[in-house]
Amino acid sequence: MIEVGHMAAFLALAASMVQAWYGLRGNRAMAAGMAFSALGMMALSFGLLVWSFVSSDFSVALVSAHSHTFKPLVYKIAGTWGNHEGSMALWCLVSIGFAAAGAWRLKTGRSEFEARALGVQGAVSFGSLVYLLFASNPFLRLDVAPLQGSGLNPVLQDPALAIHPPMLYLGYVGFSFVFALAAAGLIEGRIDRGWAKATRPFVLAAWVPLSLGIALGSYWAYYELGWGGWWFWDPVENASLMPWLLGSALLHSIIVTEKRGGFAAWTALLAVLAFCFSILGAFLVRSGVLTSVHAFAIDPLRGSLLLAGLMAYGGAALALFAWRAPVLKGGPDWQLMSREGALMLNNLVFFVATFTVLLGTIFPLLAEATGRQMSVGTPYFNLTFAPILAALLLVLPVVQDWSWGAARVKLAWVRGVITGAVVGALALAALWALGLPLGAGLGIALGIWLIYGAGRELFRRSITISRVFSMPLRVWGMTLAHIGIGLFVIGAVVETSGRYEKTVALGAGEAAEIAGWAVTLEDVRSAEGPNWYADRAVLNLRKGSASAQLSPEKRYYPAARMPTTETAIHKTGFGDLYAALGDRRDIDGKIVWTFRIYYNPLIDLIFFGVFLMALGGVFAAFGGRGSMASAEPDAKRAEPQEADAMVDAEEPEVVPPAEVLT
Amino acid sequence: MRARTRRMGVVAMAALLLAGAAMLAYVGLKENANLFYTPADLAKRGGPTEGLTGKVGGFVAAGSLVYTSGTALTFRIVDETDHIDVVFDGVTPTLFQEGAGVVADGSFNSEGVFVASRLLAKHDENYVPRELEGVQGPQS
Repeated sequence: MIEVGHMAAFLALAASMVQAWYGLRGNRAMAAGMAFSALGMMALSFGLLVWSFVSSDFSVALVSAHSHTFKPLVYKIAGTWGNHEGSMALWCLVSIGFAAAGAWRLKTGRSEFEARALGVQGAVSFGSLVYLLFASNPFLRLDVAPLQGSGLNPVLQDPALAIHPPMLYLGYVGFSFVFALAAAGLIEGRIDRGWAKATRPFVLAAWVPLSLGIALGSYWAYYELGWGGWWFWDPVENASLMPWLLGSALLHSIIVTEKRGGFAAWTALLAVLAFCFSILGAFLVRSGVLTSVHAFAIDPLRGSLLLAGLMAYGGAALALFAWRAPVLKGGPDWQLMSREGALMLNNLVFFVATFTVLLGTIFPLLAEATGRQMSVGTPYFNLTFAPILAALLLVLPVVQDWSWGAARVKLAWVRGVITGAVVGALALAALWALGLPLGAGLGIALGIWLIYGAGRELFRRSITISRVFSMPLRVWGMTLAHIGIGLFVIGAVVETSGRYEKTVALGAGEAAEIAGWAVTLEDVRSAEGPNWYADRAVLNLRKGSASAQLSPEKRYYPAARMPTTETAIHKTGFGDLYAALGDRRDIDGKIVWTFRIYYNPLIDLIFFGVFLMALGGVFAAFGGRGSMASAEPDAKRAEPQEADAMVDAEEPEVVPPAEVLT
Repeated sequence: MRARTRRMGVVAMAALLLAGAAMLAYVGLKENANLFYTPADLAKRGGPTEGLTGKVGGFVAAGSLVYTSGTALTFRIVDETDHIDVVFDGVTPTLFQEGAGVVADGSFNSEGVFVASRLLAKHDENYVPRELEGVQGPQS
């Protein structure tokens, strides 16, 4: 069976190559046909790979190395992409899927442009498939099939981790299609309003899953690794954060291109860079050049191939950019204090922030070249990344109502200063009353300020309260995303500064105290699951009249011959009580167990904030649909709707956009 | 606004941001880039000095692991030639044991003992912390 999958992958490779050939020559129909054929082939290939995991066909080398008959079905399926080769097969499937989605949904009236976008995407799929088939082939058989597989790494047997890789890949590979659209636009010499309108949904189609994928990974690290924290500035986390930051910059700059035709070259450059950073992320993770909690098998050949791919595709795109960018037309004139100026500031900050993360991530590599081994830890990122982004978030509520071209400067300043002072004073007063440290105080004030700003902007646009719910989805999307950032900031700051952590050793019946809770160890029993056995501790918690029970475990998976920590979490409404079971110790004849117990205040706000951002992205994607032609400058009739849909050029007091419509 | 004036404004803003970020990054890297030492590295350096912060790594010497209280423990990290004594108070990683590879974060105290704030052990059967690649265990 797997041989059929192997053959189908080769056919998908051929179809992608033909797709690239016809596409780049401007034949849309042929390129689209090839994209659909490639999707059919790759879906068959990937489906057969999943089937060999489900049916535990241990004659397939990959299955025998990563699966086991005792594993629950869902983890057999998820095991397909829980390893390097299988995840690359998923990568190829998603890449081809985006080409097919483009062939199906892309209707701009510019057939050569669409054909070239499909062509570039075909070239990307082709490169991915070459890498899959020649450097990480999942379809190989063993000469002698073992009776049993060696099992999936048990820390990966987790629901969040089952969907985390597909989400991340939708993000990474999604940016490859944005890249293809940018390359096609550059070839054509037209990165204009129509281009932006057609491209923006695909940017969101990549950015939303990437956001969710990162949040899922972070949530997994929080409850599975037992370290109490949710973000460790691990190279693998940074590898996904960098394309996310550039994608966020792109989401904002493409608004200027869509509404005004401006920032064309910059938007194209961001689209190229977002994809380059996606491949760079894959390189950092898969080549093993950096120390990380992720333990993918390390293979220098794969690393050098990925690096070669990055050079080839990135270099070609940058060369194309350097050649064609001067041809691109800009939008109408604008002042520095305008919506364009505000969005430009946004982009500068995201760009600089990306490079501080990049520097911290690859600095150990640079240092190693000089012969020293070193690592860069959380304090570096807290010192650089956090204040740079905080500065942007601080001005967001002030600049977000600046109008296109030129803001009414005086009004903007007066409003900004007054509202800023009022909100800041209120927040600081609340802080003083709550007795928090200054850094945390400023963080919470910033969060409140952002949420207030998002709400105010919504009401400013809807003019009357009754119209708030009939606002376009796009406006709601922006509002939700900005509220999400505010909640995220509050959660992140409160959790980081207010976390209690305590390591205790308890014998049966003994008690300790954490964050006002009395924690008593009832006892430690043994437990058993489908493919593991465990020591399970029972902790009774009490604080006043509130009580809870936590049962952290230490599991042992015989198939993988390794132990894992299963943390236990009790949600108090304001935060998580979190316990991880350590080891058993014999101290002078007395048996004690060690525990790490944390109180993580408001941690759910962090994940909920990111979820709101992603939800906002979904709203924004569905709120801005329309054909490319209607956004062309000559189709003036569509203009007023446009203004209403996103960002009205006038102050509402002067010309309420709804009245323009009626 | 003339395009040139605007461009100068944009460039000034970008330069300001970059300068700020570069300054923060310089300070951040200077204070927070942690060097990694094997016992042999440390001996080559002339032994530890008080307050030296970074990472140390090697193998947990057989017979050196002693629990001094419920949560505190001491052990010795060794490589082929030298050793570092480590104290740690906390929960050890699941695969931490005598003979296993370990990397510790922390700093040296006045007695030349490394006070670890975090231990990283081997992640799974096939994985060795990257810092320990090429570090040989003691001759047995």
